[in-house]
Amino acid sequence: MALLSKKDSRLILDPLADNNPITIQVLGICSALAITAELKASIVMALSVVFVLGLGNVVISLMRNIIPSKIRIIVQLVVVATLVIIVDQVLKAFAYELSKTLSVFIGLIITNCIIMGRFEAFALANGPWKSFLDGIGNSAGYGLILVIIGFFRELLGSGTLLGIKVLGDPIEKTGLYAIGYENNGFMLLSPMALIVVGIIIWVQRSRNKALIEEN
Amino acid sequence: MLEHVELFFKSIFIDNMVFATFLGMCSYLAVSKKVTTAVGLGAAVIFVLAVTVPLNWLLDQYLLRNGALAWLGPEYADYDLSFLSFILFIATIATMVQLVEIVVEKFSPALYNSLGIFLPLIAVNCAILGGSLFMQSRDIQSLGLAFNYGLSSGIGWFLAILAIAAIREKIRYSNVPAPLRGLGITFIITGLMAIGFMSFGGMLTGGDEAPAEVEKNTVQKTEEVKTIKETDGNSVSYNNAIINE
Repeated sequence: MALLSKKDSRLILDPLADNNPITIQVLGICSALAITAELKASIVMALSVVFVLGLGNVVISLMRNIIPSKIRIIVQLVVVATLVIIVDQVLKAFAYELSKTLSVFIGLIITNCIIMGRFEAFALANGPWKSFLDGIGNSAGYGLILVIIGFFRELLGSGTLLGIKVLGDPIEKTGLYAIGYENNGFMLLSPMALIVVGIIIWVQRSRNKALIEEN
Repeated sequence: MLEHVELFFKSIFIDNMVFATFLGMCSYLAVSKKVTTAVGLGAAVIFVLAVTVPLNWLLDQYLLRNGALAWLGPEYADYDLSFLSFILFIATIATMVQLVEIVVEKFSPALYNSLGIFLPLIAVNCAILGGSLFMQSRDIQSLGLAFNYGLSSGIGWFLAILAIAAIREKIRYSNVPAPLRGLGITFIITGLMAIGFMSFGGMLTGGDEAPAEVEKNTVQKTEEVKTIKETDGNSVSYNNAIINE
């Protein structure tokens, strides 16, 4: 971090924990829940958001003095939509199976509240370099939670990580399965994503009491 | 007629936007502290979805999908503009939200006062764009069905936010563990409600819907594999891997 001043590195590090977009700011939940049944999909989604938010913040920040404030929402939506189309087309070309799994949720990055939230709260008021760092930081914080959820759901739900059978083979009864372990298929269903996020919030807030909300 | 009824109940209960696909979670969590505001936002979502989904259906049908431009003349028949759908859908939604806001303000100030502050929020609600994108990917057949889909998804969303707001008003008096208060417990309750909604799954078809869908998927998959094989002889081993899966 010698490259960055102390203030700049805070822009990246804060959203990773104490100001995390998902667990503290409550932004961008939709996609976080729907695509995390597999670790691979979570990682790709996280990278897509890093790309879109990092670049989008720079573009908006460069244009911040020429956007009339009345139509800024539409300008922001157009910028995001363009970046998301790029991501979508790249995925369709190089990872077709994966883009089938992610289905409409790549498109839904457009309306991911993290993106609009950071544009409004940061990029419209700060220079391009700072906005870039802020974008990377926030999307990394988002990605971190996504990867944690994806890790637990795939491990407990299907006993694999990135498609590799880490717990042994459930059919041939090797590894953990030899002593009677069973996969919890329930983890793959959508409601468990919500409960996993709830548990992450619980753990985080019991470690840092300052984050506890009033009822 | 029967397909309308089926789609209606399916979108409200089985494919409920909040509980099955997690669309519009951000505003669902942020605006569900009081029942009255939740009702306002829910009504606005129903309204906007019922307007934008049929509009985007028309756009998809006559402008975007593969061969949609055929009505311009035979030489336009093989254009596929579907890569533009994100940008056109979101533009339609943003425009419609602005228009609806202006119209409602002019003709019904009372409704504007209750919906007013929520309308701008809605342009970036994932439930709205999600409705249009699911309409596209699920291949809804007619304009009437598209309207039905928008309306009933909106009603499903409305039900969900109403329920969680009512629960949150009550839970204020309960003794929740301190770190779970607020956001944490809301997540867990939503999870439990989603489990409850899963029991609607067998309602329409007596439970054999899921296998049928799986079958459909595999058929699609093999078709894709075939097309890859025809175009590219070098990737045969890769294709075999897919088939084995």
